Amino acid sequence: MNPLELARARPGEAFTVTFDGRPLAALPGQTVAAALWAAGVPAWRSTRGTGRPRGLFCGIGVCFDCLVAVNDRPGQRACLVPVRPGDVIRTQEGTGRDDD
Amino acid sequence: MTERPHLAVVGAGPAGLAAALAAAARGVRVTLVDAAGQAGGQFYRQPAAALGARRPKALHHQWRTWERLRDGLDRQRSAGRIEHLTDHHVWCVERLTGDGTFGVHALRGPAQEEGVTVRADAVLLATGGYERVLPFPGWTLPGVVTAGGAQAMLKGGLVLPGRTAVVAGTGPLLLPVAAGLAAAGARVAALVESAGPAALLRRAPALAGQPGKLAEGAGYATRLLRHGVRTLARHTVVAAHGTERLTAVTVAALDGAGRVRPGASRRVRCDTLAVGHGMLPHTDLAETLGCTLSGTAVRVDAEQRTDVPGVWAAGEATGVGGAGLALAEGHIAGRSAAARLRGTAPDPRGWAAAARSRTRLREFAAALDAVYAPPPGWAERVPDDTVVCRCEEVTAGEVRGAVDRLGAADLRTVKLLSRAGMGWCQGRMCAPGVAGLTGCPLTAGRRPFARPVPLGVLAALPESD
Repeated sequence: MNPLELARARPGEAFTVTFDGRPLAALPGQTVAAALWAAGVPAWRSTRGTGRPRGLFCGIGVCFDCLVAVNDRPGQRACLVPVRPGDVIRTQEGTGRDDD
Repeated sequence: MTERPHLAVVGAGPAGLAAALAAAARGVRVTLVDAAGQAGGQFYRQPAAALGARRPKALHHQWRTWERLRDGLDRQRSAGRIEHLTDHHVWCVERLTGDGTFGVHALRGPAQEEGVTVRADAVLLATGGYERVLPFPGWTLPGVVTAGGAQAMLKGGLVLPGRTAVVAGTGPLLLPVAAGLAAAGARVAALVESAGPAALLRRAPALAGQPGKLAEGAGYATRLLRHGVRTLARHTVVAAHGTERLTAVTVAALDGAGRVRPGASRRVRCDTLAVGHGMLPHTDLAETLGCTLSGTAVRVDAEQRTDVPGVWAAGEATGVGGAGLALAEGHIAGRSAAARLRGTAPDPRGWAAAARSRTRLREFAAALDAVYAPPPGWAERVPDDTVVCRCEEVTAGEVRGAVDRLGAADLRTVKLLSRAGMGWCQGRMCAPGVAGLTGCPLTAGRRPFARPVPLGVLAALPESD
């Protein structure tokens, strides 16, 4: 059993995005975080202070732990942003900007 | 007045939907403003339409209640009585000077860059709540998620956080989360609940008044048994292990006083820890409007009115009690607002049934609250090098130092001295932990911006005096 089977989902056709240059399949309707989880990726940010890995925590847009860079735009909450075909997703290092 | 009065309802979960439907049925024009792409809130969070789920009810319970709400919303939208604004993230509600109406300021779309303001004669806040998670070593590792977060990702994105999960903490949410993860194919290695059966028994009279709720709990317990999930009552996760991601947790037994029993711990391998210690209300919008809080919740009267004229509140924002209570409160709030907006006094006899369930469910919630209190001594068990403020990476030692060495006596001063609570989440995640570590009372955050707002949106707002 998996969640798609449990909900008897018939998702639209999968499309490709990249995560740190690696191609991943994503489903329409998923958030960036859901697509990364489905691909087995647990972390997509390193912290500003100690460079520790972080991924999703609250899942509802409150904690800001799941910040990620999508199409060169850092600071996106992966749990809120829908994934789109061709998205270039990158691990957010620190603030995700050059000025830190 | 020639135009129908206009009510803005913030939040499309159970409370907001019940309120919007009750008000729209009584001649009020309703704008339902919600951050999600679909109605339902957290409790009735739906899979995205593009995922084509033909059996979303497999992820839910009380599905018929949801169908009633959903169909009601569809009918009122078609009739033009409710406008549902999805993907609208409200960052502030203010009373506009001059005509005394309200401005509901939102950011539109997933990127949250475009500002929108909805004007209304009255506002009903159904902003819900979020999960409280108390810190422990390893809780910042990837793979450690909130129990509600794991559930939200499952309901909304049809994904699992990993293959082998431990569900831990305390509270009634842990049961459905463990059952949901197991049903969706995860191996749930253990459900670790710090409360013990004795605590439930002590509250038996209040709990027995809710046979339906007890049956619901028993139903989850049966499902967990069927999936072979082991429940460890009066146990707690004392540490999460791993370097780049979670690989195991240490689970310890608690004694009758809720203290860790020496020598009674074991390591459980897992790639996911779904953890939660209860819920907290979202009160930012109410606070900015000047509504008085009672503890951490918005204070309301018997009609669900806050002490600010023209502002109602319902659901978890007024005290955490679950979806059933939110529905009752929302219904009462919507009827009260509709009557008051038409210039009449509402007749409470009209909502007597809802008022009765509100009383019952509040008593039930208070009893659960006492049962599912975090175990005593949790704060002393947090080592000094554990990160407490996840955003600013402030450790327990630094937080303690703000009090012990620098003399802070409240959360705000602790924040100023240690930076705990100063980051992206504005202390929503760490405030309960910091309060527990320092002994400072958990006070509301006072955040004039309920979420980050681009400067361009602020600059584009019309001048007001």
